Amino acid sequence: MRMIKFLLLAVLLVPYIAYSSSEEVKLDKAPIDKADKESLKRGAKSFVEYCLTCHGANFMRYNRHQDIGMSDDDIRTNLIRTGQKTGGLMEAAMRKKEAEEWFGVVPPDLSVIARARGADWLYTYLRTFYQDTSTYSGWNNLIFDKVAMPHVLHNLQGWQVLESGTKNLVQAKPGLMTKEEYDSFVADLVNYMVYLGEPHAHYRKELGAIVLFFLFGMLGLTYLLKKEYWTDIH
Amino acid sequence: MSEQQNSIMQWIDKRFPMTATWKAHLSEYYAPKNFNFWYYFGSLALLVLVNQLLTGIFLTMNYKPDAGMAFASVEYIMRDVDFGWLIRYMHSTGASMFFVVVYLHMFRGMMYGSYRKPRELLWLIGMAIFFVLMSMAFTGYILPWGQMSYWGAQVIVSMFGAIPVIGDTLSNWILGDFMLSDAALNRFFAYHVVTLPVLIVVLVFVHIIALHETGSNNPDGIEIKANKDPRTGIPVDGIPFHPYYTVKDIFGVVGFLIVFCGIIFFAPEMGGYFLEDNNFIPANPLHTPDHIAPVWYFTPYYSMLRAVTVNFLGVDAKLWGVILMAASVVVFCFLPWLDRSPVKSIRYKGPYFKFALTLFVISFFVLGWLGTKSPTPLYTLLAQIFTVIYFAFFLLMPWYSKIDKTKPEPKNVTK
Repeated sequence: MRMIKFLLLAVLLVPYIAYSSSEEVKLDKAPIDKADKESLKRGAKSFVEYCLTCHGANFMRYNRHQDIGMSDDDIRTNLIRTGQKTGGLMEAAMRKKEAEEWFGVVPPDLSVIARARGADWLYTYLRTFYQDTSTYSGWNNLIFDKVAMPHVLHNLQGWQVLESGTKNLVQAKPGLMTKEEYDSFVADLVNYMVYLGEPHAHYRKELGAIVLFFLFGMLGLTYLLKKEYWTDIH
Repeated sequence: MSEQQNSIMQWIDKRFPMTATWKAHLSEYYAPKNFNFWYYFGSLALLVLVNQLLTGIFLTMNYKPDAGMAFASVEYIMRDVDFGWLIRYMHSTGASMFFVVVYLHMFRGMMYGSYRKPRELLWLIGMAIFFVLMSMAFTGYILPWGQMSYWGAQVIVSMFGAIPVIGDTLSNWILGDFMLSDAALNRFFAYHVVTLPVLIVVLVFVHIIALHETGSNNPDGIEIKANKDPRTGIPVDGIPFHPYYTVKDIFGVVGFLIVFCGIIFFAPEMGGYFLEDNNFIPANPLHTPDHIAPVWYFTPYYSMLRAVTVNFLGVDAKLWGVILMAASVVVFCFLPWLDRSPVKSIRYKGPYFKFALTLFVISFFVLGWLGTKSPTPLYTLLAQIFTVIYFAFFLLMPWYSKIDKTKPEPKNVTK
């Protein structure tokens, strides 16, 4: 009986411990500039190259990238790899069924992932993969324990391993990029994913400034109107 | 008015009391002249209601109430519908601002004793509006079919399951299924866009009719009708609603719109309080999120639901939580009869009432904050303490409002 109680307690505590241990890793601040269209274009290219094979961005249309200064020709030559029209949705190249067979889960749609996770989480996540022979894919992640996704960018970043007993990652094998190059590569990618989460965000703020400017003018006018009407009330 | 217009009005007035209605409710409805900042929120609630109705119509045109398509249709509105993002943010921000405005409107009533005789029924109609508003918020929040929509609704529906004997049958009846699914999404959509809006519009109409019957209260809590000009029969302290309060409310509307648009255009998620992060993940019935929190306006009640941790009198803790939560909202209905003070307004009430109201406001905020957090032993203890304070405000009111030292009310309204 005591044993059962102990086991129950242990089972109940596992998610708690897992949760708290993943919380120990501080998220790095993503160095992104949402207005930097060149960064967004670089991010878009990397996104279709590395992410869109398995993940879809099914709520986003290719031609929306005109927002970030890409022409239809740019979009056709640089972004579309699945033979779609420019008005088409950014669907994954891989079929859902195959994905499930290979990874055990369907890779989540990334259209609004930046709104769910936040830029800092994505920036940290994409930089903290490490080799772990105990997992199915051979990869693990500091802030997403036992993640099903393998480290797709490992040839760029190189291989990292966990320093035993700590939460520090050490470079085991160099990649094609230096640490600085890789960080800025990921920053562009995250910047793009933030844009992808809400393509209208930039326009929203521009329009908001005009609306507020108008409203402040109206506030003055309506105040004067009220004052004029109320002069005879004491 | 030209002669032609006059004859048109006469034609209409013989068939419909247009001029009489205009006079009774606007140009010759006399409101106290000393309304302050707190009196903006009634008209603002009406503004937000209209905003919700209008933006809701356009959302309905593009939204798909289908468990397989709902999430995508919301993103379709956000991206492919012209100004769909604006309409959706107006609606989502409007939902939260509705509660902001209504809470301030209710707080005004509590400060100035607007619920007291002869306005008990006006207060009860207002409470009915509040209940419908909560149902609107609940059914509306399910529609985007994100993780928080799904699991938040799951928590609320499971509360019906806590009711003894009929609980399970009742929750199946509500859901139309054994679990939260497409069937529930469809019926909640129907409630949200047809049943509840009709109800709320009718209740708001009735609320205003009742208000215009008794006349508005004011920050001094005295009846302006008790002091009428003997020649004209018009309250000495009253001024016609139109044009005085129409122009004043227009100013209030613009001030409100600055805040409202500031949120819509610059912080539509409001740091995760108006649109929760997890709701950008599509609903997954197989994956319970680590942390389920309702939207901010329900968190005080959610805290009280979680505050009960022990079985008591042979009744399950969960059921006690549900009872307590229901009571925490319904208890407002009894205010007109709990308050035994000889005066209405906080301006003339004594230190006990002021102290009690302050504690109540603090507990409302603390419970609201705790409701957004994962429970820990300390948080649960805090929730229990503040739940007691919350209820003490109401249940001890007959006592402390009676023995309180009040100041004499003035004969005329003051600034």
